[in-house]
Amino acid sequence: MSEQHIKLPEGSIEKTTTTLNLGPTHPATHGVMQNILELDGERIVSAEQTIGYIHRAFEKLAERRPLAQITTLTDRMNYCSSPINNMGWHLTCEKLLGVKTPKRVDYLRVIIMELARISDHLICNSIVGVDAGAYTGFLYVMQYRELIYEIYEEVCGARLTTNIGRIGGFERNFNDIAFQKLEKFLSEYPKVLKEFENLFQRNRIFMERTMGTGAISAERALNYGFTGPNLRAAGVDYDVRVHTPYSSYEDFQFNIPVGTTGDNYDRWLVREKEMWESLSIIEQAYQKVQEFKGAEAEVYHADVPEYYLPPKEDVYTKMEALIYHFKIVMGETEIPKGEVYQAVEGGNGELGFYLISDGGRTPYRLHFRRPCFVYYQAYEELTKGGMLSDAIMTMSSLNLIAGELDA
Amino acid sequence: MARPVSYNLIQKPLEADISIVDMPDGEQGEGFFATKLNSVIGLARKNSIWPLPFATSCCGIEFMATMGSHYDLARFGSERVGFSPRQCDLLMVMGTIAKKMGPVVKQVYLQMAEPRWVMAVGACACSGGIFDTYSVLQGIDQVIPVDVYVPGCPPRPEAIIDGVMRIQDLVGKESLRRRNGEQYKALLESYGIQ
Amino acid sequence: MLTNDIIKQRLTEKFAEQVSNFEEPYGMLTFEAPVELNLKVLNFLYDDEELKFRFMTDLTAVHFPNDKGRELAVVYHLHNLSDNIRIRFKVFTAIGKPDVYTATGLFSTANWMERETYDFYGINFVGHPNLKRILNVDEMDYFPMRKEFPLEDSTRIDKDDEMFGRGGTLGFGTETARDRQEVISENEKHDETGRPIV
Repeated sequence: MSEQHIKLPEGSIEKTTTTLNLGPTHPATHGVMQNILELDGERIVSAEQTIGYIHRAFEKLAERRPLAQITTLTDRMNYCSSPINNMGWHLTCEKLLGVKTPKRVDYLRVIIMELARISDHLICNSIVGVDAGAYTGFLYVMQYRELIYEIYEEVCGARLTTNIGRIGGFERNFNDIAFQKLEKFLSEYPKVLKEFENLFQRNRIFMERTMGTGAISAERALNYGFTGPNLRAAGVDYDVRVHTPYSSYEDFQFNIPVGTTGDNYDRWLVREKEMWESLSIIEQAYQKVQEFKGAEAEVYHADVPEYYLPPKEDVYTKMEALIYHFKIVMGETEIPKGEVYQAVEGGNGELGFYLISDGGRTPYRLHFRRPCFVYYQAYEELTKGGMLSDAIMTMSSLNLIAGELDA
Repeated sequence: MARPVSYNLIQKPLEADISIVDMPDGEQGEGFFATKLNSVIGLARKNSIWPLPFATSCCGIEFMATMGSHYDLARFGSERVGFSPRQCDLLMVMGTIAKKMGPVVKQVYLQMAEPRWVMAVGACACSGGIFDTYSVLQGIDQVIPVDVYVPGCPPRPEAIIDGVMRIQDLVGKESLRRRNGEQYKALLESYGIQ
Repeated sequence: MLTNDIIKQRLTEKFAEQVSNFEEPYGMLTFEAPVELNLKVLNFLYDDEELKFRFMTDLTAVHFPNDKGRELAVVYHLHNLSDNIRIRFKVFTAIGKPDVYTATGLFSTANWMERETYDFYGINFVGHPNLKRILNVDEMDYFPMRKEFPLEDSTRIDKDDEMFGRGGTLGFGTETARDRQEVISENEKHDETGRPIV
């Protein structure tokens, strides 16, 4: 009679591992990615990743849009630090078109990019805290992300998906209120960051949760194509801002924090120290910007009328401005043929843009080298043999952003 | 020309300590209060909605900002966000839903218990947004019925809060018999949901 | 000091005429090799003590429908971290039989990059441990990034193509797949929705 009650599936008595679907909808997966884990009790035997739950066909979309309209696509890749993506795209276009930006524009760009980097690292570090059970840190630093959003709003009008800047510079000069808010940020934020650090850095529970889990060696990390804070936590000091400086980064003095073991704790620490470095870069850049006086302080874009829309007053009154405006909007400008690869240091690592132009209005091929996509492959190696709760911490400390994973 | 945005730099004075919701209409007397059951249940439900943030992309970050202390969603009774559909009332779909994700959204919707409401936050959830491509579902109302659409790319936290307030209006005024009625059944049939 | 000229010289010494088409667009040395030799070239660039290209930055593909016999190009971007030199290496293959040897043995990062390239262009990477679709739905039967396929989902009913400036009778100058039938050869015939006819 007992055989008629329960019918077990074939081979399930002999099976020793459980299959767990850490599915696309899960509080721990920040963004939609799926892991199918084979568990032996609590230990992970193997992990298979499925992505593509938010594949939005950016590369195909980019073949349909003129160069200036692709900036809105780049926003939505790593949406926690969209200004860096935007600036990377503008730098790619400027490399293709041969546009040289003035120094003041470069320094303003550096301010915006470093603010975005702080914003991205704040989210990552506080979410690592939330996954370990500490919600307070997240709520506390969200206040300062709001202040960063207000600075973006003063410059470009949007909070999150900023579409900031244009080919050759910015769409408007930074006004006094933007600088006031920047000063408020620079004066109040160090104290907040110190308090946030005190919550986690030498907190025994946090250290026990994160030390030793999700470790990777430098050779394996390089072989997997890791870049950014994850690679620096493993011990390799590769930073695109130093290797191939763009946007006048060579004028700034900053350190590159490097870890030793590449585990979750090192990644957390590297991001924390990078936030301090970014703060120092912003202070240096702000001082340099204030040194421009008089007419030079009004420069906010390069003088390239072929690619940068002239101001509306000129379009309505002057002939050349009208013609340039028409040519840019209708896509009749001269785009040189060629292929260019430009990389910037995104929040997660080397964000690369490979652009092939055939002289037409839209790119022939645009490929985004997305750092998250590249290092998520290593997730199985990072978590094999560890516990399930460590796998959760590893996933959030890698800073996986689904928009960048799938593009 | 910058508009003078100075309210972010100056602290606003506190006007009142606590705000309480209004009483529904009804007859009051010494020790009793008579009103419609609908209003009381609606009042209780609308001020303690438990949302399920189905955050896929950028709108999810704006939701995190809405949950933060600056734009506090918890004042509307949504303090406890849950990730289990069995325990939640409001499915907030925030972000782009790709065709690969469509069955997952439907599955999550099916797992929710009645009464349930759906809010589509962001242009991608409303209609596909800027992604008119082969891999993106052009709006989640292709797979599940939606109550409130919040447009924006991403919508500001104030807009998300406005969407929650609209849901509160819907919840407060909903008839207790709606979920068993013919019209609702026909709506679910049209989506293939039994 | 490693420079582009030294790299070019070493490559031509080792591979003679097989590496060709040396260009330097925007400062990055770009060259091409026959598709059978891609692993040999990658191994040479990896193992050589002077060249040391041990970091693969990117692997992607491009479709050129008008170059018959060489339609699909696989582009490798490599980086020498110690001397800070980048290099671009292309192999071309025909669209009828797009077989390319996999680089996963050498670089673990090529695993997902090749899956993405297969998903978008249909290039068969010989020897890949797990070549299946990664970003699109598994049931998809065509390779969307190829030039003949449209961006939009042709089965959607809520968006009016004419008002969106695509095709229709107003003719805003953007063509759909239907209009480009003349560049598609016999072995790539597709019906009006863009799906391949098998």
